[in-house]
Amino acid sequence: MPDELAIHARGVTRVYKAKPDPVTALGGVDLDVEPGEYFGLLGPNGAGKTTLIKILTTLLLPTSGTAKVAGFDVVHETAKIRRVINMVAGGEQSGYGLLTVREQLWMFSQFYGLPTREGWRRVDELIEITGLTEQRQQKVRTLSTGQRQKLNFARGLLNDPWVLFLDEPTLGLDVAAARDLREHTLSWKAAAPGRTLLLTTHYMVEAEQLCDRIAIVDRGKILALGTPEELRRRVQAESIFRLELDRLPQNGGIAGIAALPGVVSAVRADEEMADGAASDRVALKVALADDSALTSVVTAVAERGSHLVGLAKSEPSLEDVFVELVGRGFGDEDGDQEPAA
Amino acid sequence: MSGYHGAPATNASEAADWSTGRVIQTNLRAVLGRAYPRVIGLTREPSWLFFEIFLPFLAVSAFVFVYRALEAPEEFIGFVVLGGAMTSFWLNVVWMMAAQFYWEKDQGNLELYFTAPMHLMSVLAGMAIGGLVMTSSRALAVIGIGSVLYGVTYDIQQPFLLAGVFLLTMIPLYGMGMLFASLFLLWGREAFHLAQLLQEPIYFLGGVNFPLRAIGPIAGVVMATLPLGVGLDAMRQLAFAGSGVEGVLPVGPEILILIAMGVVFLVSARLALGYLEFLARREGRLTLRWQ
Repeated sequence: MPDELAIHARGVTRVYKAKPDPVTALGGVDLDVEPGEYFGLLGPNGAGKTTLIKILTTLLLPTSGTAKVAGFDVVHETAKIRRVINMVAGGEQSGYGLLTVREQLWMFSQFYGLPTREGWRRVDELIEITGLTEQRQQKVRTLSTGQRQKLNFARGLLNDPWVLFLDEPTLGLDVAAARDLREHTLSWKAAAPGRTLLLTTHYMVEAEQLCDRIAIVDRGKILALGTPEELRRRVQAESIFRLELDRLPQNGGIAGIAALPGVVSAVRADEEMADGAASDRVALKVALADDSALTSVVTAVAERGSHLVGLAKSEPSLEDVFVELVGRGFGDEDGDQEPAA
Repeated sequence: MSGYHGAPATNASEAADWSTGRVIQTNLRAVLGRAYPRVIGLTREPSWLFFEIFLPFLAVSAFVFVYRALEAPEEFIGFVVLGGAMTSFWLNVVWMMAAQFYWEKDQGNLELYFTAPMHLMSVLAGMAIGGLVMTSSRALAVIGIGSVLYGVTYDIQQPFLLAGVFLLTMIPLYGMGMLFASLFLLWGREAFHLAQLLQEPIYFLGGVNFPLRAIGPIAGVVMATLPLGVGLDAMRQLAFAGSGVEGVLPVGPEILILIAMGVVFLVSARLALGYLEFLARREGRLTLRWQ
């Protein structure tokens, strides 16, 4: 089944028993992830991202609906799923502190049935790739948070998984360590076709930088799904450009520019001047139906005696998309949907 | 960044198609993998020499001096030394087997064990074998030091049978630990208290410091429930054969009881583990750190 979807979910719900009322962590999720995709679940804490990962990694049963990983059902074919997946979570403290980095990885390699020699070879390979060579004989309990997470990532690759689940993998890491880890995930994916990653994160930049497609999740539902570009388009149909000119265009001025084919609107936006200094400069905010209309705008500006000093494309962020969809920002969530009891 | 290699299988379905042999091999390797931290721990934590040998030895010594003061038969000194050594296994079962899944959950290991392609019984078997190796060294140290220091004279006429009874005792004892590992997780939010609850009664019910016959009819209950008590009673009969020591039952029936207990505890552990996994997946608790 080479064309089997890496992840397939239809109407997946998960309700937790809780007092006084049951808590719905997932409210009917439909999701298809192609093999070879880097897919992101983006949402605030309590959105249901981790619950979905727990279901897909066979740790939880869905209350209703069906879900398959690599074509295998998460309820009835757990053994087969477990042979082709692995999982790395942020802040993970797994393993045993008295073991060295090398020993810890070897121990986990045995849980995936790697033959002894192959296990050690794989362990040494991953230690080198993840940059833990200097720490290879160091006890796990002495590792820094960043080193620890590199170790967790290496553990997640021991069995060469076909689907790798990353649950907030950069949580608590400093900028450099998080960047290293992100690069590792991209390198690993690029090294062989068909490798699939499902990332949960509440870092917009991370999702945007890494993922081929993103699902924005909130309160157990997928609100929007698409490439980062497609998602941004949902809140902004036109391309918005900000032009800084040395003087106001003559011969029809701004109205002439607004009348050009492909230009939706053109307005002065002096209050948004980047440096706020040059008093004789003017700024225009030009909305285009398509990026290709930009050439005619720049030409028209020159023909009207102005010189282009600065040009920037104004992009909506994924946070803008989230706010547009949900009506609130990431920091305004109402707390965790997963019960603590 | 480079160095990541391609996966050997051509697709996920092929990668998930394991032969029976590979499944068995993986589970055997999982046993080895889980036993490793326990065995290697012997060389990593020298403090165990104090906590696991010296302190238990003090408890043994106290009973030795009580028996000496009461002018009890000399074989009682041997009973206490042997009982002290066997107590190490009970403590290992209670703290390092029964409570272990609870600790593993806290660390996040349990999630990873559940998602790995092995049976959880392999993890428990690894814990048991690792614990057995680790504790055997401690038990041997207690026996060696105690025997030399207090001049214990053994009369072992059937050494292989004695070794066999010891191993037969370990199977239901660690099987009980495997069963408790699941039950602790199901019942308890605080494994520490449950472990304490199980630790103390063994000094009385297990007859670790006195011949089990001395507790009269209660010995019957022990014979039906506690592998340590049964095994210890049989081992004392075999280790001090010439002294005319009498057990609660002869060695033969006690061996049969140990075999039956081994089957019951291992099967029960397997069933409890299956139920635990089902409940964990259905209820969304037990295995997950945030629960």
